[in-house]
Amino acid sequence: METEPKAKLVLDHLDFFYGDRRVLRDVNLSIPENGIFAIFGPANSGTTTLLRALNRLSDLSTESRSTGRILLDGKDIRDPGQSVTELRRRIGMVFDVPVPLPMSIYDNLAYGPRRSGVRDRATLDAKVEDALRRSVLWDEVKDRLDAPATRLSGGQQQRLCIARILALEPEVIVLDRPCAALDPVSTGKIEESLQQLKERITIVIAPHSIQQTARVSDRAAFLLSGSLIEEGPTSRMFANPQDSRTSDYLTGRFG
Amino acid sequence: MTPFKERIPGFVFLLFALSALSALALIAAFLFVEGVPLIAKVGVGPFLFGMKWAPSQGLYGIFPMIVGTVAVTLGAAVLGVPVALACAVFLTEFAPRAVSAVVRPAIQLLAGIPSVVYGFWGLIFIVPAIRTWFGGPGLSLLAGSVILAIMILPTIISIAEVSLNALPRLYKEGALALGMTHWQAIRTVLIPSAKSGILAAVILGIGRAIGETMAVIMVLGNAVALPRSILDPARTLTTNIGIEMGYASGDHQQALFATGIVLLLIIMALNSLAQVAVNRRRT
Amino acid sequence: MRMSPRLSQNLARAVIWASAVLVIGLLLFILAFILAKGLPTLSWDFLTQNPSDMGRGGGILSTIASTLFVTLVAVVVATPFGVGTAFYLTEYTREGRMTRFIRFGAESLAAIPSIVYGLFGFIFFVITLKMGWSVLSGGLTLAVMILPTIIRTSEEAIRTVPKMYRDVGFSLGATKWQTIATTVVPSALPGIVTGIILAIGRCVAETAAVILTAGSALQLPTSLFSPARTMAVHFYIMAREGISMERAYGTAALLILLILVINVAVNLLVNRFVAKGR
Repeated sequence: METEPKAKLVLDHLDFFYGDRRVLRDVNLSIPENGIFAIFGPANSGTTTLLRALNRLSDLSTESRSTGRILLDGKDIRDPGQSVTELRRRIGMVFDVPVPLPMSIYDNLAYGPRRSGVRDRATLDAKVEDALRRSVLWDEVKDRLDAPATRLSGGQQQRLCIARILALEPEVIVLDRPCAALDPVSTGKIEESLQQLKERITIVIAPHSIQQTARVSDRAAFLLSGSLIEEGPTSRMFANPQDSRTSDYLTGRFG
Repeated sequence: MTPFKERIPGFVFLLFALSALSALALIAAFLFVEGVPLIAKVGVGPFLFGMKWAPSQGLYGIFPMIVGTVAVTLGAAVLGVPVALACAVFLTEFAPRAVSAVVRPAIQLLAGIPSVVYGFWGLIFIVPAIRTWFGGPGLSLLAGSVILAIMILPTIISIAEVSLNALPRLYKEGALALGMTHWQAIRTVLIPSAKSGILAAVILGIGRAIGETMAVIMVLGNAVALPRSILDPARTLTTNIGIEMGYASGDHQQALFATGIVLLLIIMALNSLAQVAVNRRRT
Repeated sequence: MRMSPRLSQNLARAVIWASAVLVIGLLLFILAFILAKGLPTLSWDFLTQNPSDMGRGGGILSTIASTLFVTLVAVVVATPFGVGTAFYLTEYTREGRMTRFIRFGAESLAAIPSIVYGLFGFIFFVITLKMGWSVLSGGLTLAVMILPTIIRTSEEAIRTVPKMYRDVGFSLGATKWQTIATTVVPSALPGIVTGIILAIGRCVAETAAVILTAGSALQLPTSLFSPARTMAVHFYIMAREGISMERAYGTAALLILLILVINVAVNLLVNRFVAKGR
């Protein structure tokens, strides 16, 4: 059990600024391949910035600036030779509110593959079905793939967003508080599908609660005011936090 | 760096985006090239303050038209602004939902009616009414002001409504919670808070009045003499161009372009003033 | 003397309601007057025959065609520039000196009186570029005039598109242009179309700028370089010179009907757009 797994993502002395504000401070982190890795902390700790840095969505803000390296399979994702669009296909992202694009369920699923050049209808059909099955949504929507995706319930919409990423067959999925806007039943379904997906995919999640961190993750990292405080196997960290700030946060003394 | 191919759309859009500025520069340049030589020939003073416009004698004084423009616009503002502001307050504070759902598109429609139609309607109804009730020829500053007052309503109402709507609900609730009546809250809290937006609305409305041509041509009488009362006929800067452009040539045509320059400068000054008012609200 | 708050409240309410009634009353008056006088003239023959004898006889077919052609030129030319500008302002730059300049340009254009557009169009398109009084000169002049309308409405439409659509597009590996074309454009389209229809309304109603650039010839225009007399210009000339009041009213009624249709279309679109945005 304690054999060191291969590191999928490595953050190496990562600093991140919005204008003059320093949002991440010298974060060093190694995220192993497969499994679920949780990054948690109180509001405004930099979790969202960290997740968005992973597939370079944070580049979109013209005010932003960062130093240090982010390595995917040992290669810097900001390497000049690295295509951003290619990177984003390898690292999928799910946001804190479900964002179905204003088109049919099918077109939402086919969106990514089409942009990467898949035109063949049969291939698309297969990808759509496979992705929907893996996000456990297929049975609920298979008869109405042409319906607008906005008609789905909130929980279904979020699973659609996960499926939309799966259609690109990513290596990593990043989820930023994916269940923040969902009811407990929908949350349960999503957590269940994550447990299946983690066998083949590296999952990085910012849970919306400490409880969800404990429930879903294999390893966890505690972020406070942009600094990494502690990182390790979730069960060990929750049972026996090494840093007093971690234990204060976990026991509800602040946050 | 972003690959070159992905930067093409941004570059194309930038080119499109420069169109408005280029058009503005072209308009200013061509107006100035045509009009400035004549102003230079006549002299700025005699052109702006000359009392006589007689192209056949080579006399190009536009002072009567400046007075005409100012007078007719002032009249339009006096008549139109109170009604427009009342309407804006009506839409934001008094109108039941069903009523405002009818009134708002109606005001929009008012903005869409061609100006020649307003002018014609004024010629048929307002001009004879003025002749009967107040005497004089009917074709007059007053007739022009009435028509313009109606025409600037949509501009003022919509902009004032936006700035009234932009106020936080708490302003009104706070005032009501202090025991004010609804009207007291509007008068002492809402209107003062929205005043820069309302000011911008009035300025832009005035700008529209100054720039209007076709409606005014039909009801103003177009005499080139200095008007002595609001019942006298008059001519504005715009109507001067509108009436004579059809047959002018040489110096005469240049003088009309020079009139256009004065018009453009007035409008640009007003527009900047409105911008200042709006920006003050933002900070 | 001080009025009691209760009295002033009732008085103010009465005055404000009266103002609204006055404005709507004026609108209905103008509409009813034109339509009552003009609708009887509107017949199939009136719409499908060319004017004869300087407008004293015949119909108004050539002016309908002229209006259509001039408007078409204006919209076809102004739309790419206006929508392109809106996309530049919203998607391809951040607020700064450049956007301030561009907005200044658009706002100034919006404030310029139509007669000044007429002067400009005359000296630039008609004389300098030697296009003469023509459909093309009139259309291009109107294109400049409606540019700010299209820019403003398109910009507003694009800004109502949820910001998250861009994130989703990017996170699924789409390029910026793909993301905009596949998510932003479809969502903003009803708003953009609304702006174009509003601009069409302005073109149809415009007189001063067209009379100086497209001319007032009554023949049916046969090419981009034919002179043209639009309906609004036709109405102006007929009414002002008292050529045929009956036909002037008929032309005005058709103009008003057109504007009514355009306004209804805009409102339907806007309502659908707003409903969808929620």
